[in-house]
Amino acid sequence: MSILIYTENWDGKFKKLSYELVSYAAAIAKEMGSKVIALSIGDISDEELSKLGDYGANKILTVKDERFTSLDNRAIANAVSAAAKIEDAKIVIFANSNLGKAIAPRVSVKLEAGLVTGVIALPISIDPFVVQKKVFTGKAIANVQIDTEVKIITFSQNSYEVVEVENNATIEAFDPSVVDGDFSTTVTETNKVTGKVLLTDAEIVISGGRGMKSGDNWGGLEQLADMLSAGLACSRPVSDEGWRPHGEHVGQTGKIIAPNLYFAFGISGAIQHLGGVSSSKVIVAVNKDAEAPIFESADYGIIGDVNKVIPQFIEGIKEL
Amino acid sequence: MKILVLISNVPDTTTKIRFTGDNTSFDDAGVQWIINPWDELALTRAMELKEAGGIEKITVANVGEKATEPTLRKALAVGADDAIRIDAPAKDAFYVASQLAEIAVGYDLILAGIEASDYNGNAVGGMLAEILDYNSVSAVSGINIEGDKFIVNREIDGGSQVLNITGPLVAIVQKGIAKEPRIPAMRGIMMARKKPLNVANPIEANERTQFVNFELPPPKAACKMIDEENAKEIIKLLHEEAKVL
Ligand SMILES: Cc1cc2nc3c(=O)[nH]c(=O)nc-3n(C[C@H](O)[C@H](O)[C@H](O)COP(=O)(O)OP(=O)(O)OC[C@H]3O[C@@H](n4cnc5c(N)ncnc54)[C@H](O)[C@@H]3O)c2cc1C
Ligand SMILES: Nc1ncnc2c1ncn2[C@@H]1O[C@H](COP(=O)(O)O)[C@@H](O)[C@H]1O
Repeated sequence: MSILIYTENWDGKFKKLSYELVSYAAAIAKEMGSKVIALSIGDISDEELSKLGDYGANKILTVKDERFTSLDNRAIANAVSAAAKIEDAKIVIFANSNLGKAIAPRVSVKLEAGLVTGVIALPISIDPFVVQKKVFTGKAIANVQIDTEVKIITFSQNSYEVVEVENNATIEAFDPSVVDGDFSTTVTETNKVTGKVLLTDAEIVISGGRGMKSGDNWGGLEQLADMLSAGLACSRPVSDEGWRPHGEHVGQTGKIIAPNLYFAFGISGAIQHLGGVSSSKVIVAVNKDAEAPIFESADYGIIGDVNKVIPQFIEGIKEL
Repeated sequence: MKILVLISNVPDTTTKIRFTGDNTSFDDAGVQWIINPWDELALTRAMELKEAGGIEKITVANVGEKATEPTLRKALAVGADDAIRIDAPAKDAFYVASQLAEIAVGYDLILAGIEASDYNGNAVGGMLAEILDYNSVSAVSGINIEGDKFIVNREIDGGSQVLNITGPLVAIVQKGIAKEPRIPAMRGIMMARKKPLNVANPIEANERTQFVNFELPPPKAACKMIDEENAKEIIKLLHEEAKVL
């Protein structure tokens, strides 16, 4: 019996998210007395792979098959299912990322397993298996029970502290026995965001709304983001207006993020916006309207003009 | 070519969320129901593709009890040609996907939303694809048809891709798939009354998950307010008090 986790890499490197997954799985494994197996697909050095061991993975299965770079849903699902069967996995854990959300439902059908996505904490109980997730776009939390023998979850980023442990993992090449027919996706173009902090990865996010007045006004926010190694985000009208790229739009219909610190400049705090950011640990709001609903969700607030406040923030950070 | 758009019936996004029966079920008293925002955009894109030519028909489908019919009628008013309601409560994602698999065969393109805004399941589209052994692409932000191929834009973690893939395809759509949702015009509403809304009986299928109960998030402590002139003070508090800087 084991717990299988699917670890994603970015150009051969793992990110904090992968270590969160391993730490989380290791905590459940301890309670169940089982092993943690990590499956990694992609061209990754053994040195990088062994880092998964530092957080509690007992065994690392590595697949270095070029064909998987097309991120074909069916092929990856087949590979994960094959690993789960061979390792007798009773729990399969994915990140609640684009890829995790694409693959997990397919694997759940293959393994006849119940699936819960967006899990935010350790299971409430193992038997019966009950996990917590947000529902109604963050407006409530649900306890969900999975009734099948094999359980699948996708785990939300930033929901579990990484814990380093004394542990050595073995690394094994794994042949998932996929055939060419499993691959049907032909990628013709890939645009990777480089040189910038990925929004979904960022510990700190600087966000602007319609109160910023124009796309030309973003210099201060970009400077703040630079100084804090923060990601940049915006409300929906801002990306609709073309002031900022669509990839930066957060909220119910944009990206859902959960950084440690979220700055909202000139954002009113509409319910659909909050749906994407309310899991942030600390929210700072700057708005000239004292009645703006954002202040109900914020931890720190300033009723004032963004143009006056942003330079002071920049100065304050320089003084830290 | 035929397109099937999966429609989830969800509470309006501004609904105040409450629970009843010892927090075991959602309190739907007074709730306004809408087409799940993603499904509305999916339907809009389906309409655009049809207007560009080559699409024979657009069907919308929902697994739900009679109360969801107004939502399907709205989808017909937006422009779908016919609707199917599978007469069963939407018990869980696998149950719903199993029902949809019964009626989805024969469509070349199936559009599902990335998640329903009520229980945020993120599951039905992918499960349906696997049950039918169809191709699937998730986080789709654009779709075009070229001959027998679909040209799909999708968001990946840390970027985006353009790919091509053959049908039958389940495309799980998100932001970008269409710009603005279409709202039904008066003529559309009149015509929708005459369009077929077929009711199908459910098949036997298992549910694999169940909601035990719900909680509302704990109330947030009051926001600490700082004067505009002392804005710098916040940076200090974030550093010393909240310890996030
Ligand atoms: C189905 C649906 C889905 C949606 N999804 C999303 C989503 O994912 N994300 C999202 O963001 N929105 C979403 N929306 C839109 C949402 O309802 C709001 O319209 C939007 O969030 C408002 O953006 P905003 O706060 O930037 O603009 P506004 O609401 O216009 O607020 C601007 C704020 O800036 C303040 N301000 C103006 N000038 C200054 C100044 N000089 N200094 C300081 N403050 C100033 C104003 O007081 C005001 O509070 C959705 C809506 C619907 C119906
Ligand atoms: N009861 C349902 N009937 C028809 N389609 C559904 C139903 N529930 C979910 N879907 C489709 O699946 C998508 C994802 O829903 P979910 O997996 O529940 O988050 C929705 O956007 C719909 O397209």
